[in-house]
Amino acid sequence: MSTPFREILKKEGFVVTTEVGPEKGSSVSKAIEHIELLKDKVHGLNVTDNQSSVMRYPSLGICLLIKEHGGEPVLQVTCRDRNRMAIQADLLFAHSRGVRNVLCLTGDSVDVGDHKEAKQVFDLDSVQLIHLVHTLNSARDIAGNELSGGTDFCVGTAASPSSDPIEPQLIKVEKKIKAGVDFIQTQAVYELDEIKRFTDFVRNMDEKVRILAGIVPIIGVKMAAYMNENVPGIVIPQRIIDELAEAPKGTGVAKGIEMSARMIRQLKEERVCDGVHIMFIGREERVPEILEAAGLV
Amino acid sequence: MIIAERKPMEEIEESVAEYKKVLVAGCGTCVTVCWAGGEKEVGILASQLRLARGAAGNEIVTLETTVERQCEKEMVTEIKDKVAEADAVLSLACGSGVQTMAELFDDKPVLPAVNTTFIGMPEREGLWVEMCGACGDCFLDRTGGVCPMVRCAKGLLNGPCGGTRKGGMCEIDPDKDCAWVLVHRRLEKQGRLDLMREYVTPKNFRAVRRPGKVQAAKA
Repeated sequence: MSTPFREILKKEGFVVTTEVGPEKGSSVSKAIEHIELLKDKVHGLNVTDNQSSVMRYPSLGICLLIKEHGGEPVLQVTCRDRNRMAIQADLLFAHSRGVRNVLCLTGDSVDVGDHKEAKQVFDLDSVQLIHLVHTLNSARDIAGNELSGGTDFCVGTAASPSSDPIEPQLIKVEKKIKAGVDFIQTQAVYELDEIKRFTDFVRNMDEKVRILAGIVPIIGVKMAAYMNENVPGIVIPQRIIDELAEAPKGTGVAKGIEMSARMIRQLKEERVCDGVHIMFIGREERVPEILEAAGLV
Repeated sequence: MIIAERKPMEEIEESVAEYKKVLVAGCGTCVTVCWAGGEKEVGILASQLRLARGAAGNEIVTLETTVERQCEKEMVTEIKDKVAEADAVLSLACGSGVQTMAELFDDKPVLPAVNTTFIGMPEREGLWVEMCGACGDCFLDRTGGVCPMVRCAKGLLNGPCGGTRKGGMCEIDPDKDCAWVLVHRRLEKQGRLDLMREYVTPKNFRAVRRPGKVQAAKA
């Protein structure tokens, strides 16, 4: 059995998490493969919630599978698809089945996904969602009613340290910290300075909040250009693009892994932040290579 | 004011396909200002219909009228004779105007010729932007007079999402401002940024129980 994530966060060590992306369909075979491959190599496995607004197998379902397989799940919850009643009910269910970590997210707009005509909910925002989890933790629902058994969730959220302008983002982060978070996973970052500034900002407010830098390996010049162009809040520096351009054909993935591992080593050695959250979407089976190259296993 | 856009011609043609004599009714208030359903647009739509139906060998007779406010029964009553003459009414008013007509002339099909889109204001000539979601629980006093309920693509109440684009534009549309960047700028300018730091509790959706009804306060 894995150690509860909350206990891991309390320790001094470098925290490592990664993701399991649910499939689009009722099959869970790939997810099980990834769970088996990764569960003992990281401290927590995030499960995305209809990621990028694409309808898929639910986050909660994969979290239960992770529990069954002896791993430590982090349930991602977005505000896009469920109102406050549905979110609370799902969280009660998750808790009753042993899920103890929730990552509170706004969620992408339906405009970027595969159900563009759907009604997006956003009954709550991510700050309100954090408050909601704490309310359930105190054995009440957010309408003020008493519960026959509350929850005991460890609460996380996300932030975008590369946003431009950054000030409105930081005010939101401030509100999230005030609402009470145990950890913050950042959007993919590529500059040490940026994550350093962000960590300092958070520690100034509350030094108990653990910061996990978001790591997304860049595996080609085209991917870098696409992300710079289309993914708000991510800035891939020219030096990374240059290094990729120099890599021999067919070695992009290996190069991406190498560069991510290098960054993780620096983050750890220079104590820039408390850990990393690795997102290698569609290539989960290669996450162990990053961990090995970074000296984390 | 209420903003509307004319429906595509094919959709309008289809909705009146079975009628020979149609009253095209405009509204002289909001939809006149937003170029969707005033006297001028009534004239244009009526002649387009006649042309299209004529070309298809299925002539249509159009009557034209424009009421000052289609959402007021007293004003709509004035056109009852014209309505009586027609097989159907094609209304270029907002949804409220269409329904007032439909209620008053309930023996006659009243069909919408515009899509009512939002409550907004003209930003420049020919461009209107959404400003108000009619939520019944106004909190513009806390946001520097910028409504994130409708001007943020996700209606977030406690600050921007993580997707603000470079320069403060919206994640899903680089031509639109991030509402929270606007809130920030405005409050910063006024030295009231602390307002943005205050937690905003979940919206009370009970503030307007659908269907909405407001009773004037007694003097």
